[in-house]
Parts: sequence; C-alpha cells; structure tokens
Amino acid sequence: MIQYKSVTKIYGEDVTAVDQVSLDVNEGEIVVLLGPSGCGKTTLLRMVNGLESVTDGDILFNGESIKSLNEIELRRKIGYVIQSNGLFPNMNIEQNVTVVPTLLGWSKEDKKKRFEELMELVGLDAEDYRKRYPHELSGGQQQRIGVIRALAADPPAMLMDEPFGALDPIIRERVQDEFLAIQRELNKTILFVSHDIDEAIKMGDKIALMKDGQLMQFDTPSQILQNPANDFVAQFVGKDRMVKSLTIHRIEQLMERYELLDSSIEKGQIATVSKSSNLRDVLSYILESKQQAVHVVNENDEVIGQVDFALVNQYMIDLAEKDEPVVNP
Amino acid sequence: MGKNVITWTVRVIVYLGLLAFFIWVFSNEYLNHLVENFEEFLVLLRQHIQLVALSSFLAIAVAVPSAIIVTRPKFQRFEGVVSTVVNFGYTIPNMAILALMMGIMGIGFQTAVVALFIYSILPIFRNTLAGIQSVNSNLIDSAKGMGFKPYQILFKVELPNAAYSIIAGIRTAVVINIGATALAYLIGGGGLGNWIFVGINVFDNSILISGALPITLLAITVDLFLRLLERKVVPRGARPSTR
Ligand SMILES: Nc1ncnc2c1ncn2[C@@H]1O[C@H](COP(=O)(O)OP(=O)(O)OP(=O)(O)O)[C@@H](O)[C@H]1O
Ligand SMILES: [Mg+2]
Repeated sequence: MIQYKSVTKIYGEDVTAVDQVSLDVNEGEIVVLLGPSGCGKTTLLRMVNGLESVTDGDILFNGESIKSLNEIELRRKIGYVIQSNGLFPNMNIEQNVTVVPTLLGWSKEDKKKRFEELMELVGLDAEDYRKRYPHELSGGQQQRIGVIRALAADPPAMLMDEPFGALDPIIRERVQDEFLAIQRELNKTILFVSHDIDEAIKMGDKIALMKDGQLMQFDTPSQILQNPANDFVAQFVGKDRMVKSLTIHRIEQLMERYELLDSSIEKGQIATVSKSSNLRDVLSYILESKQQAVHVVNENDEVIGQVDFALVNQYMIDLAEKDEPVVNP
Repeated sequence: MGKNVITWTVRVIVYLGLLAFFIWVFSNEYLNHLVENFEEFLVLLRQHIQLVALSSFLAIAVAVPSAIIVTRPKFQRFEGVVSTVVNFGYTIPNMAILALMMGIMGIGFQTAVVALFIYSILPIFRNTLAGIQSVNSNLIDSAKGMGFKPYQILFKVELPNAAYSIIAGIRTAVVINIGATALAYLIGGGGLGNWIFVGINVFDNSILISGALPITLLAITVDLFLRLLERKVVPRGARPSTR
C-alpha cells in the first residue's frame, strides 16, 4: 500500500537524512521504523504525506506516485498522529476528534455518531468528555484522543510518530494493548515510528531498523531478534535478544511443533497459564511458582498439558537453527 | 495564590482611589459645568467617541491583517522590516505625531483621526504578531498533516489560539486611544479634550473635571466591555491560564 522506491532525502546542501531506502508496507500491516535518534525515522514518515519533499526516488501510495496525487486529498486519507498529540487547545474534545470529518463536510449527526463510536473504542465516556478541552485531560487520555482523531474519517492508512513516547511506561503499555486490540478489528496500514525496541517488537508486524538514514534490516520482529543482519542490528536489539524474542512466541505456536507434556501433577499445585500466553510469561510463572513446569489451559479452562524449561529451550533452539521466518501473530 | 492576593490588593486600592476621587469631585460640585452645559457635553462626547471609534477601527483593519501577512511563510522575511518600522513609529511621542500630521494635513477632525490611528497600530500589531507566533508549531504541523488548507490553518488554528493576545492588544490600544484623544483639541479635532484644555487655561477645575471624568469613565467602560467580549470570543482552552 505504501512503497518506498530508493528514497533519498537531503536537507539543505549536504544533510542526508534518508539514504536510498526501499521498503513496502503491505495492506493491514504495522511497520515500525526503529533506530537511534537522528537516524531519519521522522523524515522517512513525513515524506509519505508530503510534509517533507522527496529529494530522490519515489513513494507510491496504492500504486500511484505521491507526486501525482493531490496533497490535501492524500493527507485526508492518511491519519497522522504525533508524539505531543497535537490536539487543538481551542477546540473541545468532540471538535478535535471530528476535525477531519468537518473538513470533509460530514453532517452534524454523522459526526456525532462517529465521535461516540470512537470514544467507545478507547473506553472513554462520550458525554463526559465531549465539551472538555484538551488541557482538562490526562496525558494518556490526550494520546488516546490523538489516536482516535486520526481514525475519525476511517483512513486506510496511518502515520504515527512516536505516538506513545510521552507516556509513562505503565500507561504506555495499556495504550499499546488497547491500540493493538483496535487494530485487530480495523486492519489499517500503519507506519509507526519508535526508538524503543520493546515497543517495536510488540507493535510491529515488521520492523525497519535504520542507522544514519540507511535501512539496516527490514524483517519480522522474530527474524530481527534471531537473525540480526549485522553487528549494528545485533547491538541495537541487545544481549537479551533471545529473552525479548520469547515475548513474540506463544504456547499455541509451540504446540504446532511439539506435543505438550503429560499433566501428571494435580492442577492447583503448580501455576496455570492460558495457551495464548507468551513464552516469556511461561518462564516467569515457572520461576515464580518454584516448580519445574506450568499447566496449560484452553479457552474453557481445561488443562491440556504442561510446559517446562526444557521444552521452551528446545523450541527456541529449533527456531534459530531452522532459520525460517516465523510468522508473527 | 500569592499572585491572586496581589492582584486583589491592587484592585481594591485602585477602586478606593477612584471612590475618593469621586467623593472629592462631588463634594466640590466640580461636575456643575457638565450639568449646566449638557447639550455641549453631548456634542463633545459624540465627537470623542467618533474619533476613538474611527481611528481604532482603522488601526485594527490595518494592524491585524499586516500581522497575519508577515507571519505567512511566503512573507516571513518581511517580518523583521515591518516590525522595526512599527516599533520605531511608537518611539515618536504622540504629541509629535499630532504636530507632524498637522503640518501635512492641516487642522481638523481627519488629521486627529489619522494621528490617533497611527498611534494605535503598534499595540495591536505587536500583540497579533506575538499571538500568532506563539501558536505551537506542532499544532500547525498536525493540522497540515491532516489536510488543512493554508486558510483553514489560519482561521481554525492560528487565529483562535492567538485570539486572547489579539483582543488584549486591541483593548490596550483602545483604552490608550481614549485618553490620547483628549489631545485632538490641540489640532481642532474636537472631543472632550476641549474642556480639559479650556479648564487648564482658565484655571477652572470644574470645566477640567467635566472633561476629564467622562473620559476616565469611558475608558473604564470600554475596557470592561472588551474584557467581556474576550470571555465570549476566546475558547476556554485557548486562554493563557489554561496553557
Ligand atoms: N528541517 C531540517 N533541516 C535540516 N536538517 C534536518 C531537518 N529535519 C531533520 N534534519 C536532520 O535530519 C536527520 C534525521 O532527522 P529525523 O528527525 O528524521 O530523525 P529521527 O530519526 O526522527 O530522530 P528522533 O528519534 O530524535 O526523532 C537528523 O540528522 C536531523 O538533524
Ligand atoms: Mg523523530
């Protein structure tokens, strides 16, 4: 849906912010642009909706060069969220959320209905917040409003520049989870800037890791973690990359390759986890309960087997050796 | 909290001072001249208000659009030049502007309007400029990114968020203008300044006060009215106390 074709951006005479980057963002996918400060993530993002010009190369949106498209119309088709949420202080929450529908000339009733739908999506009471102003909301609430504002006109694509960067870690996790839940329903095509590897692993279907304007690796989170393309990538993902990669594998995926162990020990004595838990949580539970294994239960809370350290270890070794791309959930 | 206490103390002192002034005025029957010459008073008051209204209106009509123009990306490089000229204009004493205008245009109502107009431009221009420039660039950025057209960015984002500062500038300019209009008498512009200067010349406090007191009341009333307007016009989220 969004295709970068050898895109270069040079600011002024000689600041090369983006250097011949090519990558495709498929429909319904979240691609995270990841990398250290100043590596060109924001620049790369802002070239899509024409907030920065493209020096060389081209960007295609739905197969058409963005240079051939009407800039204003293009922007209204692409939701845009920035770190400091960019809510308009002079407008109340309803006006903020429905600002693009207003530009598009929606009727009052349609806007009202849409506002209520969106507020429900993020679990905020429409009546309570309608007439409030941005400064009367907490940081987390403001950020949620920023996100639903970008969704208001139901754009097929979204550009998000460190949308949750200003939030403290606990709130950030919650907003991330909430956003992923929304995305599972809406299937937007999303470019998401982050400088946080954990956020990238969690949010991304794919990660584009950048350094000094160049694309270092473009791959699924598990591939980036297990098969870093070069030293920079390995260093960026950190020494604990195997532990990190545990978070993107769930018991269900392990069950596709291995039989669960027999549940010989009575339920109740050892910890119980659902089969949709990730492997990092599994290990935490095993350590916590000071036992050798955990019970795995299905949706109906019935014990279907056990997982222990050795099985997780086996699975991870297997993955790394097979060198085979693991499809991210 | 502390700031509030100071504000209130100052306010109380000002109002007590005003009250003392009124008591002094009434106990000396200084308003007799006004009462006895009520017809003339109405004429002078009307002239005064006309001078203020016309010159303020012209100043707003010139200063606000100028400030908007020099903050557009295309014209930004002129901002320095325009600001310097306007600021320089304000360093000339208003008496000198009056004299200058009289040299060019002769005496009369129009000359007074032009002189007052010139003197009112700066506070409005400067506040409009500051208001627009203080609008967070992130807001403009996200407005652009959402597909606002340039005029929509101006009217829906920049001006509403600068409104407080713009109206404050207008308020300052108009209130100063009401006082400065007393000088219009010197160039035959009319207004309540007539009585003030006649009162000074013939050492008659009653004539002087009959001119000065209505000017003060007019300034206070207009100030109050513009504060009310500001409350009505400026959205709650765009007032400085909420930033
Ligand atoms: N308007 C500009 N003019 C000149 N140079 C710029 C401009 N904007 C960005 N740059 C430079 O381009 C490079 C990439 O900037 P960019 O904002 O894309 O980085 P980033 O990866 O988003 O960084 P961060 O994580 O700090 O937001 C930096 O070296 C920056 O100094
Ligand atoms: Mg950035």
